Amino acid sequence: MNIPTELKYTENDEWIRVEGNIGTVGITDHAQEQLSDIVYVEILVSEGDRVAKGDSCATIESVKAAADVYMPVSGKIVAINEKLPDTPEMVNSDPYGGAWMVKVELSNPSELNGLLDASAYQAKIAASE
Amino acid sequence: MSEPLLCELSVPGRVGFRFPEVDVPQAPLPEGMLRQELPLPELYEVDVVRHYTRLSQLNHGIDIGFYPLGSCTMKYNPKVNEEVARLPGFAHVHPLQPEETVQGSLALMYQLQEWLKEIGGFAGVTLQPAAGAQGELTGVLIIRAYHEANGQSQRNKILIPDSAHGTNPATSAMSGMRVVEIKSDGRGNVDLEALRAECDESLAGLMLTNPNTLGLFDENVEEVVRLVHAAGGLVYGDGANLNALLGIVRPGDLGIDVLHYNLHKTFSTPHGGGGPGSGPVGVAEKLVDFLPGPLVDIIEPGDDEEPPLYGFVYPKKSIGRVKAFHGHFGMMARAYTYMRMHGKEGMRMISEYAVLNANYLRARLRDVYHVPYDRICMHEFVAEGRWPDIPDIQALDIAKRLMDFGFHPPTNYFPLIVHDALMIEPTETESLQNLDAFADAMIKIAEEARSNPELLKTAPHNTPVGRVDEVKAAKELVLCCGFRSTDLSSK
Repeated sequence: MNIPTELKYTENDEWIRVEGNIGTVGITDHAQEQLSDIVYVEILVSEGDRVAKGDSCATIESVKAAADVYMPVSGKIVAINEKLPDTPEMVNSDPYGGAWMVKVELSNPSELNGLLDASAYQAKIAASE
Repeated sequence: MSEPLLCELSVPGRVGFRFPEVDVPQAPLPEGMLRQELPLPELYEVDVVRHYTRLSQLNHGIDIGFYPLGSCTMKYNPKVNEEVARLPGFAHVHPLQPEETVQGSLALMYQLQEWLKEIGGFAGVTLQPAAGAQGELTGVLIIRAYHEANGQSQRNKILIPDSAHGTNPATSAMSGMRVVEIKSDGRGNVDLEALRAECDESLAGLMLTNPNTLGLFDENVEEVVRLVHAAGGLVYGDGANLNALLGIVRPGDLGIDVLHYNLHKTFSTPHGGGGPGSGPVGVAEKLVDFLPGPLVDIIEPGDDEEPPLYGFVYPKKSIGRVKAFHGHFGMMARAYTYMRMHGKEGMRMISEYAVLNANYLRARLRDVYHVPYDRICMHEFVAEGRWPDIPDIQALDIAKRLMDFGFHPPTNYFPLIVHDALMIEPTETESLQNLDAFADAMIKIAEEARSNPELLKTAPHNTPVGRVDEVKAAKELVLCCGFRSTDLSSK
């Protein structure tokens, strides 16, 4: 299972990559593996929206289940991945790359301290198995 | 599939039905509204009857075999229900008939309301909602109306345990509420700490499925209800799992304020393709005025000589109608019959046998399939459809292979809190022989998973349609057959 060390993670299986003041958000390799084949992605926020940590920013559906994707941090949405709803299978094939969902300008960077690093996320997965 | 579509069976010029000669003056249709052609299949009546009869034989239903679909209570539907619902006095009434001409139907509805009140421990019942999910919506709208009437319209938060039915969050969202999920604890109960943390002045209520989707009765239900009430919220009970409680526990006595019943689950009216459903809602005294209207009531009491006069009344602060006319009356006639046939003692036996059957299967399967919350269950239990030594096999493969043995698969991948969940609900209507045959098949499949995993991966093998491509089915939504594609595509 792929857990890149440069990313931060949530208990709910989202990842965030921070570059400067901008965070890019998606779901993890473990999450896509649990969900199996993803058939539908809907991004619920638009560019310019103010979002709070814990807000739902996307809905994904697989042949097994539907799941919400939650914001790992608060801020302003500066971009959404418009291609993803047309290529939901990208979440399975490239969860940390082409399947990013939103980019957010962080309003409270200290929230990052509350997220998991790769080894803590790995431990969380092991505990839930 | 072995059965062609009607458009493939069509032969030009075949006619199944001829209209009689016109015996009234003809009125021409406006020019622009006339079609040049109408590409419908052309068939004899016998072609159509045989087509649908063959299709019906390809289906699996409760009249064909065991159907342990968890949380759906696929119990046998006694045929006497159908006889009663087809009595001309019930089948041929019209909802706009004058009330004095439908007294028998109103008496049946009144009695059904009374029995549902008694079974649930409630002060009022509406029979209007069309099915369980609409019952939920009705219940949450009643909760909202109650808070608004008390000047508490800031109460917009509904708590939903992660072991609740999947419709609960959708219901709350549709009612304009904010949904917050509450985790389960290690024994499958509502986590009381997590609940306490959310009990504040924005709390509208909690939607509790009890027994929950793990098939477990919440051991702290009284404390859960107390905490919600203490914070000013109301407790909604999802009655989809009521088949475990009849005559044993009354949700109203636990302090639950609103609950929907599923006549198509607990009270044996047809379910699935045989529907429609019916989802009456029961409420505690303080919510009676908010029920949808109209309700059936006694307008003039009877005496030794004369029966009472039944009619309709409208609750004072009613949330309004939720369904045209009076709900699915045919289902009320069936549920009434079922209750009448069983009586008070019979009601309790239904639940006792439903719980016994589920525990029997749990005990037979628990050494072969991991049961994560392994304690005495109610009417259903949840096992994991996976084994650590054969990671390739998933719940879906087991479910598909079960079809080869002539069983409908259990609910799978729900609840989400169990990996590869298989949610098994046998109901009270299965014999020991049927339960054993199912358990034997499950055990054999577990052996096959190790000796011949390919057999599971490619299952089902004995059904009219083999393994379907679920990704393709979910992504390529082609729902219309191309009937004589040239005719349609040229339009």
